[in-house]
Amino acid sequence: MQLAATLRKEILLQWRTRSQIAAVFIFGATSLLLFSFSIGPNSEALRLYAPGFLWLGLLLSSTLTLSESFHLEMEERALEGLLLLPASDRSLYYGKAIANAFQLTLLGIALIPVMVVLYDAGTTRIPAMIGVIILGAAGLSAPGTLYTAMTSQLRSQQTLLPLLLFPLVVPVLLAAVKATSLIILGDPMGQARSWIILLIAFDAIYWSLCGLLFGRVVED
Amino acid sequence: MRGSRPASRSSPIEGRRKPLSVANDSSAAIEAFELSRRYGRRWALANVSFRVERGSSVLLAGRNGSGKSTLLRVLSTAIRADRGTARIEGLDLRADRYEVRKKIALLGHHTNTYDALSAWQNLAISASLLGMPASRSAMMPLLEEVGLAERADDAIVGFSAGMRKRISIARVLLQIEAAPESAGASVIFLDEPYNQLDPPGFRFVDQMFKRLKEKGATVVMATHLIEHGAKICDVGMVLEGGRLIWSGPAADLPMRGGIAPALLTEGVA
Repeated sequence: MQLAATLRKEILLQWRTRSQIAAVFIFGATSLLLFSFSIGPNSEALRLYAPGFLWLGLLLSSTLTLSESFHLEMEERALEGLLLLPASDRSLYYGKAIANAFQLTLLGIALIPVMVVLYDAGTTRIPAMIGVIILGAAGLSAPGTLYTAMTSQLRSQQTLLPLLLFPLVVPVLLAAVKATSLIILGDPMGQARSWIILLIAFDAIYWSLCGLLFGRVVED
Repeated sequence: MRGSRPASRSSPIEGRRKPLSVANDSSAAIEAFELSRRYGRRWALANVSFRVERGSSVLLAGRNGSGKSTLLRVLSTAIRADRGTARIEGLDLRADRYEVRKKIALLGHHTNTYDALSAWQNLAISASLLGMPASRSAMMPLLEEVGLAERADDAIVGFSAGMRKRISIARVLLQIEAAPESAGASVIFLDEPYNQLDPPGFRFVDQMFKRLKEKGATVVMATHLIEHGAKICDVGMVLEGGRLIWSGPAADLPMRGGIAPALLTEGVA
């Protein structure tokens, strides 16, 4: 019940601050545009690198959404107030991580048309593509939520968060890029499945481990 | 309250490497034994020991930076003590943290609210986490009580500091109301509850105080309004430099509380 209450609170907050979501989408789309300049007008190369750039764009955007989600908690020490109610730290973590994953999934889905236009990297396997985006977003948001909580009270959060988060999510990023690439470019050997299984495995590890650690991170 | 003693002038960490144990006394609302807390190298709280009976009200006095807020934040589990231990209604602050939180409510310096949400939505979040009805209509009586019913739908980003404080008061009222599966908070910490409030706001705090006493709750209130606090509280405690330097009947505090006369002449009261 506490998880449902926390999730409802997160979605309400995201709705009230939806202008921020639009700003993050613009940031992600601009990243994709700038990455395309590094390749030049080579349509074959653009298509080849599109999955990597999509996930890089999502990764960079995730630092903004994650920071914002904890900025709201820290303004008037709202998170502390919830902990003292008392709300279980795991409910607070999973509520926030699910909401962040949801937001990143929406952002990923919104960036697909941008990728198709800029990189000519369309696919008819839309459900598979969305599935990979959900799994990848979950893999980014679980440790991202934990690390943002860790750094939320630090002045150097903007620097520290990517430094801590990016190395940790390399396996998720690698599996997500490979799976996306196989979906877009074709998968004659049926390799996408193994990358998706790897993605699920890392999601399971991150979601269980980070849920256990969150209490230690947010308590003084 | 009994057993309070002036803290030693020696270092608060002297000879204390392990958390101290304190006997579990079920008649005590709060038992603190050599509580110490530091920020960086400075000890904000040093070897503070005291005991508060259930249902009593404590006036916590002291200059700015004397450790009042730190003590309340340690006792309410918002922060941990670096040394020493405490029990709230028999529950250990460290070992039974979650259970302790079911028994306490803290009205602190921060309002613990979300600026982007409306007044009723902020209260509804707390209500739903407490397992209480969280609809707008369920929140309206509380908002009426603190004089914010007309602004129930406004985002609190546009609220004044006093109005935000009223939201915090409403939240404490919510916590002391019995949730279906618990008896509600019974040990209440009020940190400068009158700050930022206008005269009607003062009355809200006094009404809340009266209600808490009627319910048999234990209240610890830190305030610079010593004369007023001495009238409504049973017990007085004075902190200075993180140490408990005086305790006794609250009525005696303005005259015998050591630093209290100095505070009074500085125009606080």
